[in-house]
Amino acid sequence: MIKMEHVNKSFGKTQVLKDVSLVVNEGEKVVILGPSGAGKSTAIRCVNGLELPTSGAVYLDGTALTAKNRTQLVRRHCAMVFQQFNLYPHMTALKNVTLALTKLQHMTKAEAAEVAGECLETVGLADKAQSLPSQLSGGQQQRVAIARALATRRKILLFDEPTSALDPETVGEVLSVMLRLSHEHGITMIIVTHEMGFAKQAADRIVFMDGGEITAEDNPDAFFNNPPNERVQQFLSKVLY
Amino acid sequence: MSRAPFALWRWERLWNDKAVIFNGFVTTLLVSLLALALAMAIGIVFGMLGTSEKKPLRAVNRVYVEFFQNIPLLVQVFFIYNAFPLLGFRWPVFTIGVVGVGIYHGAYVAEVIRAGIRSIPKGQGDAARSQGFGYIQTMAYVILPQTIKIILPPLTNQAVNLIKNTSVLATLSGLDLMYRADSWASQGTLSYGPAYVAAGALYFLICFPLATWARRYERRIKEREHLQLSEAAAEEMMLMAEEML
Ligand SMILES: Nc1ncnc2c1ncn2[C@@H]1O[C@H](COP(=O)(O)OP(=O)(O)O)[C@@H](O)[C@H]1O
Ligand SMILES: [Mg+2]
Repeated sequence: MIKMEHVNKSFGKTQVLKDVSLVVNEGEKVVILGPSGAGKSTAIRCVNGLELPTSGAVYLDGTALTAKNRTQLVRRHCAMVFQQFNLYPHMTALKNVTLALTKLQHMTKAEAAEVAGECLETVGLADKAQSLPSQLSGGQQQRVAIARALATRRKILLFDEPTSALDPETVGEVLSVMLRLSHEHGITMIIVTHEMGFAKQAADRIVFMDGGEITAEDNPDAFFNNPPNERVQQFLSKVLY
Repeated sequence: MSRAPFALWRWERLWNDKAVIFNGFVTTLLVSLLALALAMAIGIVFGMLGTSEKKPLRAVNRVYVEFFQNIPLLVQVFFIYNAFPLLGFRWPVFTIGVVGVGIYHGAYVAEVIRAGIRSIPKGQGDAARSQGFGYIQTMAYVILPQTIKIILPPLTNQAVNLIKNTSVLATLSGLDLMYRADSWASQGTLSYGPAYVAAGALYFLICFPLATWARRYERRIKEREHLQLSEAAAEEMMLMAEEML
């Protein structure tokens, strides 16, 4: 379970998150929507300790994230997929996936390669194991990044606009992998995206952020058919049409 | 015998005593290698400090770099040679050479490494940390390996400078190449000309190939990056063509 409790975050003088509180239960799929600059990235970066709250706290399974324990805690619970993929360019797809397995989970090379092979298979890239990221399309790179996130078997998967940097024709392949993942009950997902179709299909709950605050929260049906406030209505009309 | 500075007999004497010069050459190589290892170790640590998010650590980097870069190597080495014994450190000249040259060039290497780390996109560190890698692991597995391509040419140039700078040891009777050449001439037939030419030639023999290699490597990397980009572009166009057909 993820719990954000009255999280405030400032960079210098600008306050980016304002009293953000959010509980995501085990197995739940939460989609965060909101205009650019709303603080969505900062919010999920707080969940895996890439940022620490200025005040307030983030709990993973009841343990508060701190500067001291974040590496350990993240290692146990979280994996993340980034807008820019952030694959390691000096390693093959396979090595990208196995690195954490061999170095952090102390698998042998062979064990790690087997797990990685399965994960690359899951994202439909078993044949690209030996390719360097630079030899893959954006969509393929992002799927390798998803395989990398899956391989560690962590229960919490965080996605920060995973399709925003992709060419339109490769968005679908990434979304379909994510949609499949969303059917797995054991995995908790927080997804920042602008893909409304995906949000409707995959989300148990939509969270709307604006100006550093969570201003609306509802199930997808209600959220889209019956926007909770005017700001949401405005936002939806902009992204849908 | 001719008194000309470059008279043939002087070269013959030098050739007969070539073992002395060669000895100095070996010492110079040894000091260079060890000093380079030290400079690298110092450079990696202080280079990493220089990219820290914590201000005090960055300050440590600045103080180190500015201090050692802005005081002549000769002054530093003389300090270690003459002032350290007063503090109870009495080191052989060889050690003074390794340490003196190593910490001096460590400052330059630190700057190279710092620039290398800073050239790696921030997302790389984010990815590693989001996987649960600690700071050192992130550096060792993800960041530093990616810097190699970028830092190798400037590092090689540092190595060249370092090798040349080991000649400061001659001022401390360091038994290095320069010292051997100089003392061979001054204690014998005053054949300074051939001695210095030989010493210069031997320095050149190691430094020139290194410098040339660095320059070529740098050019190759630039070309390859160019190539990769255009390959990707070509592939892109083929895909588009396929779609249209
Ligand atoms: N590391 C940072 N330093 C300073 N400002 C930042 C930093 N990260 C984000 N911000 C600022 O915080 C605000 C919210 O950013 P972000 O969380 O990326 O929003 P979103 O993901 O919703 O677009 C933006 O105004 C951005 O400029
Ligand atoms: Mg963002």
